[in-house]
Amino acid sequence: MSSAVHMDGASVGWDYPVVDGITIDVPAGSSLALIGTNGSGKSTILRTLAGLLPPIGGRVSVLDGPPGANPARVAYVGQFHPQGFVLPLRVRDVVAMGRYPRLGLLGRPRRADADAVDHALGELGIKHLADRALRELSGGQRQRVYVAQAIAQQADVILLDEPASGLDLSARTLLRAAIACEVDRGAAVLFATHDLGDARTSDQVMVLAGRVVSAGPPATALSRDAIIAGFGLVLEEFSDGGPIALDPGHAHGHHDDHDHGAAT
Amino acid sequence: MNVLTVPFTDPLLREALLAGVLVGIAASVVGAFVVLRGLAFVGDALAHGVLPGIAAAVLLGVSSMIGALAGGIVMMVGVTAITRRTRLSGDTAIGLLFVGMLALGVVITSRSASFSGDITRILFGDLLGITRGDLVVQAVATGLVLLVAGVCARPFLLLSIDPDRATVAGFPAGRYHVIMLALITVTVVVSFQAVGTLLVFGMLIAPPATAALYARRLPMMMGAAAIISAVSVWAGLVLSFQYRLAAGATIVLVQVAVFFVALLIHRPRTAPAPQVVG
Repeated sequence: MSSAVHMDGASVGWDYPVVDGITIDVPAGSSLALIGTNGSGKSTILRTLAGLLPPIGGRVSVLDGPPGANPARVAYVGQFHPQGFVLPLRVRDVVAMGRYPRLGLLGRPRRADADAVDHALGELGIKHLADRALRELSGGQRQRVYVAQAIAQQADVILLDEPASGLDLSARTLLRAAIACEVDRGAAVLFATHDLGDARTSDQVMVLAGRVVSAGPPATALSRDAIIAGFGLVLEEFSDGGPIALDPGHAHGHHDDHDHGAAT
Repeated sequence: MNVLTVPFTDPLLREALLAGVLVGIAASVVGAFVVLRGLAFVGDALAHGVLPGIAAAVLLGVSSMIGALAGGIVMMVGVTAITRRTRLSGDTAIGLLFVGMLALGVVITSRSASFSGDITRILFGDLLGITRGDLVVQAVATGLVLLVAGVCARPFLLLSIDPDRATVAGFPAGRYHVIMLALITVTVVVSFQAVGTLLVFGMLIAPPATAALYARRLPMMMGAAAIISAVSVWAGLVLSFQYRLAAGATIVLVQVAVFFVALLIHRPRTAPAPQVVG
């Protein structure tokens, strides 16, 4: 299997490195979850792979080229701060924008484009909203629309920055299924998450804390020590599974993060 | 009904109507993207940036449209440089640049013998003074604006959602932002004669903003804006003829009034969703 995303001793950041010494290989048809606290470097890595930020050291290749060289084959969904007031766009129009990288400035949409849009709407469970205006939707519904836009592109590398933020439980399940479906299709899906459950079900995980704490298959990368080093949280071991992070300030439950803080 | 058509038996008013409608079409299409991207302030700044150029052209006796274009380009370069340098606090610098250009325009005009006449014409337009030649330039510019906006519609749409998404999709955000600024500048340059540099902003923003309240698709928004604009031009001209009012200002007043009436009777389909904050 060819490698869709390859980083070898890479440093990412702006004037200063946010994370360095990143070495990872993401084959086509597999997934990588980036997990870590806010500011740990998840978004910076995704932005670098999207070609929005030049790598500041090491080797980075996406589809055997430099980041940004293959816009039609790379989809990216950043952390959005959608503008509320206007945007007279229907949900279907926004999802159809996912086809723009393939169509270019003037290419006419064909049957295959419409099918890809329908498929993406279905995957994210928003077919019933297709004719609604974007501005009539809630924040979580909009987030699904943006993810559907990336799915509609049928890209070979899909970069999702906290795609689950603002999603309810059923939408999260749909998102997980959509990512699995894209992986089955042969895409490499890289996503930032705060959900250990999502991280555990991906092919590979990278735990970040301003450095690479661990990387590899979840069984090894999500060790107790890695999570303590990555999150600095109190941990409890449950008999029915792996470690579950508990926020020391909260008495119960899964650490379900709704943080919309600054891009990391 | 006569009162609505009689003014246009005068060829001067017919040409004014044509000029106003042409400019209204260009302004509606460009203004739609301005409203979508929240560039209203930048649009306003660009509109005022043309003032010193026109003033200098009047003083030197060259075509005021060329002067306006030169001023617009200077302002565009300034705005672009500022937005590149200061990502967040650009408003302050753009505001100062715009006031500076306005002051420079007045200073230049104050050297002219017919200061108050010139400055009034530049700031508030001279729709009835439009010539056949001006009309041709306006028609060509409107055609050009429609063509470029049509070709760049996809990157412009992506930009209005997320500049990063546009860049990753293969449409560099910086490049298409500059093209959009250029379209605003061209629209301002051909519109100032009709409604003046102070009022062109209304023409650029009011009809698209009115349409945005109701339209659910971009082509619908642009088409509705163009119709609102054209009807306002006609109504404004009739009113100004009937009551001896300044033509350009009356047109813009009608457009702005239409916006506020639409805003008052507008009922959003659903309440804004509660923000998810963590």
